[in-house]
Amino acid sequence: MGVEGIGARVARKEDKRFITGKGRYTDDMVVVGMKHAHFVRSPYAHAKIRSIDASAAEKMLGVIAVLNGKQMTEDGIGNLICGWMIHSKDGSPMNMGAWRPIAQDTVRYVGDAVAVVVADTKAQARDAAEAVVVDYEELPVVTEAVQALKDGAPQLHPEAKNNLIFDWEIGDAAATDAAIKSAAHVTKMKIVNNRLIPNPMEPRAALGIYDEAEDHYTCYTTSQNPHVARLVMSAFYNVAPENKLRVIAPDVGGGFGSKIYIYPEEIVCLWASKRTGVPVKWNSDRTEAFLADAHGRDHVTEVEMAFDADNNMTALKVDTIANLGAYMSLFSSSVPTYLYATLFSGQYKIPAIHGNVRTVYTNTAPVDAYRGAGRPEATYLLERIVETAARELNVDPAELRRQNFIREFPYQTPVIMCYDAGDYEASLEAAMQAADYKGFPARRDEAESRGKLRGIGMSCYIEACGIAPSQAVGSLGAGVGLWESAEVRVNAVGTVEVLTGSHSHGQGHETTFAQLVNDRFGLPIDQVSIVHGDTDKVQMGMGTYGSRSGAVGMSAIVKALDKVEAKAKKIAAHLLEADESDIEISGGELKVKGTDKTVPWFQMALAAYTAHNLPDGMEPGLKEGAFYDPTNFTFPAGCYICEVEVDPDTGKTEIVQFVAADDFGKIINPMIVEGQVHGGIAQGIGQALLEGTSYDPETGQLLTASYMDYTMPRADDLPSFKVSTTETACPGNPLGIKGCGEAGAIGSPPALINAITNAIGKNDLTMPATPQKVWAALQG
Amino acid sequence: MYATTYHRPASVDEAVKLASEEAKYLSGGQTLLPTMKQRLAAPSDLIDLRHIDALKGISVDGKHVRIGAACTHNEIANSDAISAVCPGFTYLAGHIGDPAVRHMGTIGGSIANNDPAADYPAALLALGATITTNSRTLSAEEFFTGMFETALEEGEMVTAVEFDAPEKSGYAKFRNPASRYAMTGVFVCKGADGSVGVGVAGAGADGAFRSPEMESALASNFAASALEGISIDPSGLMTDMHASAEYRANLIKVMGKRAVEQAG
Ligand SMILES: Cc1cc2nc3c(=O)[nH]c(=O)nc-3n(C[C@H](O)[C@H](O)[C@H](O)COP(=O)(O)OP(=O)(O)OC[C@H]3O[C@@H](n4cnc5c(N)ncnc54)[C@H](O)[C@@H]3O)c2cc1C
Repeated sequence: MGVEGIGARVARKEDKRFITGKGRYTDDMVVVGMKHAHFVRSPYAHAKIRSIDASAAEKMLGVIAVLNGKQMTEDGIGNLICGWMIHSKDGSPMNMGAWRPIAQDTVRYVGDAVAVVVADTKAQARDAAEAVVVDYEELPVVTEAVQALKDGAPQLHPEAKNNLIFDWEIGDAAATDAAIKSAAHVTKMKIVNNRLIPNPMEPRAALGIYDEAEDHYTCYTTSQNPHVARLVMSAFYNVAPENKLRVIAPDVGGGFGSKIYIYPEEIVCLWASKRTGVPVKWNSDRTEAFLADAHGRDHVTEVEMAFDADNNMTALKVDTIANLGAYMSLFSSSVPTYLYATLFSGQYKIPAIHGNVRTVYTNTAPVDAYRGAGRPEATYLLERIVETAARELNVDPAELRRQNFIREFPYQTPVIMCYDAGDYEASLEAAMQAADYKGFPARRDEAESRGKLRGIGMSCYIEACGIAPSQAVGSLGAGVGLWESAEVRVNAVGTVEVLTGSHSHGQGHETTFAQLVNDRFGLPIDQVSIVHGDTDKVQMGMGTYGSRSGAVGMSAIVKALDKVEAKAKKIAAHLLEADESDIEISGGELKVKGTDKTVPWFQMALAAYTAHNLPDGMEPGLKEGAFYDPTNFTFPAGCYICEVEVDPDTGKTEIVQFVAADDFGKIINPMIVEGQVHGGIAQGIGQALLEGTSYDPETGQLLTASYMDYTMPRADDLPSFKVSTTETACPGNPLGIKGCGEAGAIGSPPALINAITNAIGKNDLTMPATPQKVWAALQG
Repeated sequence: MYATTYHRPASVDEAVKLASEEAKYLSGGQTLLPTMKQRLAAPSDLIDLRHIDALKGISVDGKHVRIGAACTHNEIANSDAISAVCPGFTYLAGHIGDPAVRHMGTIGGSIANNDPAADYPAALLALGATITTNSRTLSAEEFFTGMFETALEEGEMVTAVEFDAPEKSGYAKFRNPASRYAMTGVFVCKGADGSVGVGVAGAGADGAFRSPEMESALASNFAASALEGISIDPSGLMTDMHASAEYRANLIKVMGKRAVEQAG
């Protein structure tokens, strides 16, 4: 391992600009003649729009235009879509209702856009937006998924009777029921997975620039996947053909999934720019982010797990109702189906599994992928029920898990996934060692002497990253392929640019990707630039989500590097009059093996570009591209152990120890990986302990629409994490990488809730486990 | 935020002259400015009180404490003079919000606002403090009239807070997990004459209040164990999404005991 190569803890190249406030975000972009948009948003969760009167607003100082949904329809702008087709178990396609970028007849959640004001300044746009008079006819409201399915519930979309979007299943129902029937023990639970609001540090923003002379659009936007944004905006929303639309996602301050989707606002900025003839910028404020960013999770589940007389798992049966909010967001249908139920086997050999998922519309913000996307929901229900079963069966939860681990690979689960590699015992052991699992009873007794209830809980998670291969996801309903592309350009002086379709919004790609090049050619990472986030610069890409940038994005870079290496060796062999198979590259030089004949990397590059002396028939230049489509998902897995102390007088939980042992396969930069795990665990602890989204069930008002009521994790809510890794290489990609971006958020919530319920001796507790809830559980 | 006109008067008189129905005094801005940014308040004029010398400064004369209305929470938290005579009060100030809030927010602004979850009102009630305005002096009981309500009249300005330091004082606060305001806070004090004050923050449906049950229990025995037997009636307490009245009733007792332990 070199000092900057694979495995090195290299400090992040990008951090200087971020921590000195020099990052360039969408809202930092300023163009000549730029104006500002402010949206008029619905204060009602469900209402008919009788009329919109903008006459007063239009006359206000600085106002350029007040635009509405009808005009958008007249200009042929299409509906927002969900790009993953799910069929119900009766074979019928999902019942998708129309989502207009600006509502035309009906509003369906608080925050639905009804008009947009474009004005000289932000303040003028906001003033005028207040003067737009909208006459609403209020309709009845439903916010909870279970309620929405009931007869007589308010109806959101004519396409979805009883608000049901689809009723989907996976696995073998008959085999599962039979196994449950003949089981020696069955554990049953109702599990609620709480709705979360993503809260990236940078709120969403968009700048639409229409150039009339060229009939060309440019969109700066806070996107995790600018090429997908361009594709969707041209193919479905009719904004502009792809060759006339450039999408740029510059520095992006966190996404966590919420910036995957193409939202109404960026479409409106582009359209409004053409309509008004001026560049139009919108920047979300924090309240708008709470109301109108896609939320995450929100499941209600009944689950049963069956065991034989020897405590072997024999079946798992899951029945979930998932709340998708008022409209189907871009990937919303895939989250509670293929990203969720395909992981019901967890780390365990379970011969029979059946899952049923109903998704429903409600008068709440749309729900889509949020860090982990389906996998936290699957892990939570599985690891809660395994722990509960261990308590009922009176066996050590670690031993019940160990006994049921999958140990032979590849392992075909009953729910599509085929796990390629793993060693679950290794991470369990590592975590138990680090947590001093054996020493727990003594620590509990000591805590008791201080009047504290101490508890321990674990979670053995598995997740699936790098959703692929494209052909397989296509057959499951995905509207896109899930490969990645890369181009490696060696400049004439030997420095390197890597153009990648992955997008970095906190992940540190500018460093990690450069380390790959260093490892291969020995060039300092300072001589390697990573280019991403601009559809005019980067050939094509599917973006960053689902922990795919390592497993898929870097694999594409590796393929391109292979091609560069092959050509570089040919050139060097020619220059050194040697055979290309004898050339090796290291430390910025190409050498003939076993001799002292070398040519410096930069000279080889220069030769490629002067083309004075190249092998016969070789094209000049040194630039290679590759598309990489994986053969399978990757399967990171691990074990998390959490220890808490509960104050019985107040119900307040203190996390006194948190141990993570993850198997991410090969690790390029351990420091960055640890950072991802830390952030993920913080988010998981946020979900389990602090973050609860609350809508008023009568009015549909979001009650947790600011930090006064929505509890984000703070530093003093968290302990110092003890993180470590074990490694089984991933056979599916050239680097052996599995992915690390979401594991923390996936594995931690059940570990924490298992620990609290262990401490208080009551198993019935919902997330977030606020002091009030824990106290109430202790009273009951 | 809507447009507003900013004034920086140098004296109380000058400030009072600028006051009107549409204008508002501005102290630390920690409550007022966020409200204005959300367009929930739209004062025509902002009269900044932070540059008026008469509103600044802390003085402790024997047991008598006088705190200027424009003193920040941070100044109070770090006042050795107050800490020497009433440590419960400096502890309370040091647990308001976060460092940024404490460096900007003031005692005058806090009590004029009388947020039911604010910390000072409970202490001032328990201490039997007096509140001086530009025109009169009121007892804390008279001053705090209900949730977000005070006896202040239009244009009236808090200039100082005064109290006689007790023999013992202590504060225990259970924070709202999101806002970190008091979900329930209890201030206890015991005077040299044996009188006991107990003020409760964050829990009352009508704002901070004194707890006669706890006061009488502690009057006969100023010890946490004296509160063991009492039970707090949840009626009249606040219920919101973070805490039910029953939970708050429990917290009053628990925080009461911890405050007494802290008072020693
Ligand atoms: C994140 C956050 C956390 C907080 N946590 C807590 C907490 O834990 N505990 C707590 O008690 N508070 C808390 N606060 C509130 C904080 O203490 C404020 O400083 C306080 O409520 C208002 O004081 P201010 O000086 O900022 O007043 P301003 O915001 O300037 O004014 C508040 C109101 O009082 C009026 N006013 C100001 N000064 C005077 C005066 N001298 N005479 C008459 N009227 C006046 C103003 O016109 C306005 O109506 C928190 C605030 C924030 C933002």
